[in-house]
Amino acid sequence: MSTDSALRVVVLAGGLSHERDVSVRSGRRISEALRNRGVDVDERDMDIDLLPSLIADPPDCIFPMFHGAAGEDGAIRDVLDLLKLPYVGSNPEACRLTYDKPLAKTIVARNGIFTPEMVVLPHEAFRELGAGAVLDAVEKAFGFPLVIKPSKGGSALGVSIVHTAAELPTAMVSCFSYADCAVIERYIAGTEVAVSVIDLGDGPIALPAVEIVPDGEFYDYNARYTAGLTEFFAPARISDEVSQRVADAALTVHTILGLTGFSRSDFIIDGEGVPQFIEANVAPGMTETSLLPQAIEAAGLDLSEVCLALVNDAIEAHSAQA
Amino acid sequence: MAPQSGESPLGNRLDPHLARYAKRTHGMTASEIRSLFAVASRPEVVSLAGGMPNIAALSMETVTSTVANMLATRGQVALQYGSGNGDQRLREQICEMVGLQGIAPHPDDVIVTVGSQMALDLITRIFCDPGDVIIAEAPSYVGALGVFRAYQVDVEHVAMDEHGLNPEALRETLKTLAAQGKTPKFVYTIPTFHNPAGLSQPQDRRMEILQICQSAGVLIIEDDPYGLLGFDGHIPQAIRSHDSDGVIYLGSFSKTFAAGIRVGWAVAPHGVREKLTLAAESAVLCPPAFSQLTISTYLDTQPWMDQIKIFREVYRERRDATLEALTQHMPEGTTWTHPTGGFYVWVTLPEGMDGTAMLPRAVTARVAYVPGTAFYINGDGRQSIRLSYSFPEPDRIREGVRRLGGVINEELKLMHTFGTLGAARPSVSSQGSTPGPDVV
Repeated sequence: MSTDSALRVVVLAGGLSHERDVSVRSGRRISEALRNRGVDVDERDMDIDLLPSLIADPPDCIFPMFHGAAGEDGAIRDVLDLLKLPYVGSNPEACRLTYDKPLAKTIVARNGIFTPEMVVLPHEAFRELGAGAVLDAVEKAFGFPLVIKPSKGGSALGVSIVHTAAELPTAMVSCFSYADCAVIERYIAGTEVAVSVIDLGDGPIALPAVEIVPDGEFYDYNARYTAGLTEFFAPARISDEVSQRVADAALTVHTILGLTGFSRSDFIIDGEGVPQFIEANVAPGMTETSLLPQAIEAAGLDLSEVCLALVNDAIEAHSAQA
Repeated sequence: MAPQSGESPLGNRLDPHLARYAKRTHGMTASEIRSLFAVASRPEVVSLAGGMPNIAALSMETVTSTVANMLATRGQVALQYGSGNGDQRLREQICEMVGLQGIAPHPDDVIVTVGSQMALDLITRIFCDPGDVIIAEAPSYVGALGVFRAYQVDVEHVAMDEHGLNPEALRETLKTLAAQGKTPKFVYTIPTFHNPAGLSQPQDRRMEILQICQSAGVLIIEDDPYGLLGFDGHIPQAIRSHDSDGVIYLGSFSKTFAAGIRVGWAVAPHGVREKLTLAAESAVLCPPAFSQLTISTYLDTQPWMDQIKIFREVYRERRDATLEALTQHMPEGTTWTHPTGGFYVWVTLPEGMDGTAMLPRAVTARVAYVPGTAFYINGDGRQSIRLSYSFPEPDRIREGVRRLGGVINEELKLMHTFGTLGAARPSVSSQGSTPGPDVV
């Protein structure tokens, strides 16, 4: 791995999504990690000055850490491709597939990975068919509890676990405040784990699964970003066999969605020890309470070293492509 | 599922100090709603959220020359520790200022603090033990609720009507508390250009509230940061002007000069002021001499009342833009207050709507406000939102309100689809609904 002090990296963080705050913190941590390895890092937000500055003074590599729309939906990476600038992480197409949760679940399911049953319904479906009738049908098919979530977005924003029909309208409105389309999933009880995959140039490897045990009912925004509200186990308290199974599943997800560099896939290990895929992330959080940094530590790796390796690999891949 | 081999790994909560925190920190958590305010600072977003004074209306040349003058004449004092109750000359000047509101204190009755927020903190510290009860308007200033929460004080909200704190509701609350064997430590009120409600108590209402509190033997904390900012130039007489023993009056230079200077004050009865001074010394030793002397020099050398007139005009123009845009863009069923001074309009959404749940949609539409829940200790206020017009340009305000109208209409469609909501809402702490002080 190079520790060339001349290496210049622009970390992109902030943006206008609902996850701006998290993105800023993730970006800061990545920047700090790279600076620890002697990299010259510039942190930039998504604004009207960004592209002119990248064009006028192109860095060696870009590390996109925007979360949410425009960051994880492939848009910024499409623009970076147009500018022929190297960047860490997945290409726009992989981002688009992954960011759309129902689409990603469908692709993953077709490749043999289990995922909770779902229906995907825009607001119009409820309005035109009648919310009561649609929700009754969902209830009859899946039963309670149900998981309601926006079809796009992260940090559990707009996500609810619903136990009774009376809670459904509130959960739906909360969900539709974040996105135009809702995913209603059958609730799977089990052990919640996140498996991060990194590729430092020798092919993707799965890091140890991190088990998530929130104090509250589920791993919501507060539980994610308030140290102390969630207990993490890294590696997860699962058998070696299940551990291997979920690692394989994460690698499959990473590969079939076309992800590169790094990703994080979230699973529930159900009562039979089967990993049920929930979602994947192309720009997983890197804050002090985030899961990928914990997985890196559990693997005996160093965050700075991993970040630098990702940068070097992105530069090499870009050069090879050129 | 137990691991097949080896010992169970230890869990990690990512904060080694977790067991050491005081109980009062338990509610201090990250919040989905608070995170949305991070977007509000972006220029694309019209922020009607934070109550930022419009510093652009203050001449920087004036400030520069004032600071230079102050350093040239009193620099040695400005850069040194000072007295715990504040600079003597500034306290005299504060007495002259509050004279406009009918208060005639001795300079010794004045304690200078780091913003009036510190005065509120000190007052709560010296009067309230955990579990004590205080009374506040419903809704009330979010910064005050934060202080009360930090001292583990129980807040009893009392309803307001179009003239502010409702005396009948106050009587009723005092009666109920008495029946429970509880005596509130004080009534906290903002009688003039209320934050967040934008309402003012008429003089007869102030007298009635004072009489109720006098009869019940309850102290009044009168918070008055906006008192000089009436758009018609009228300066209401403070409650304190009628009772110097039963009312502690809080004032601030944040809105009449500059918030960044962080200077406020309390006018208090003699016994209270002694304790406030000791409490202030233990908190900060002394208020910042540099800031105090800058303001003192400003008040001595500049036509500060003219500057207040400029501020009034700036805020009046923005208030007008807000009310006009609300009339134009709000859907049927929406109502709002018509402030005659200060920074805020309190908007009540159509029946069944939820301003907290609507905020993500508003942020997506590039407009921000503070949900009504921020101004209640108990999660009430969902149907309301606070709009602050103090900072944006009038055209931006119009655009922001236009966007807000679209957002409310979209939410109404959702409400019609899913029926009237509200029953099964999770509770939201006011802390979690609040932006930081720098959200513009």
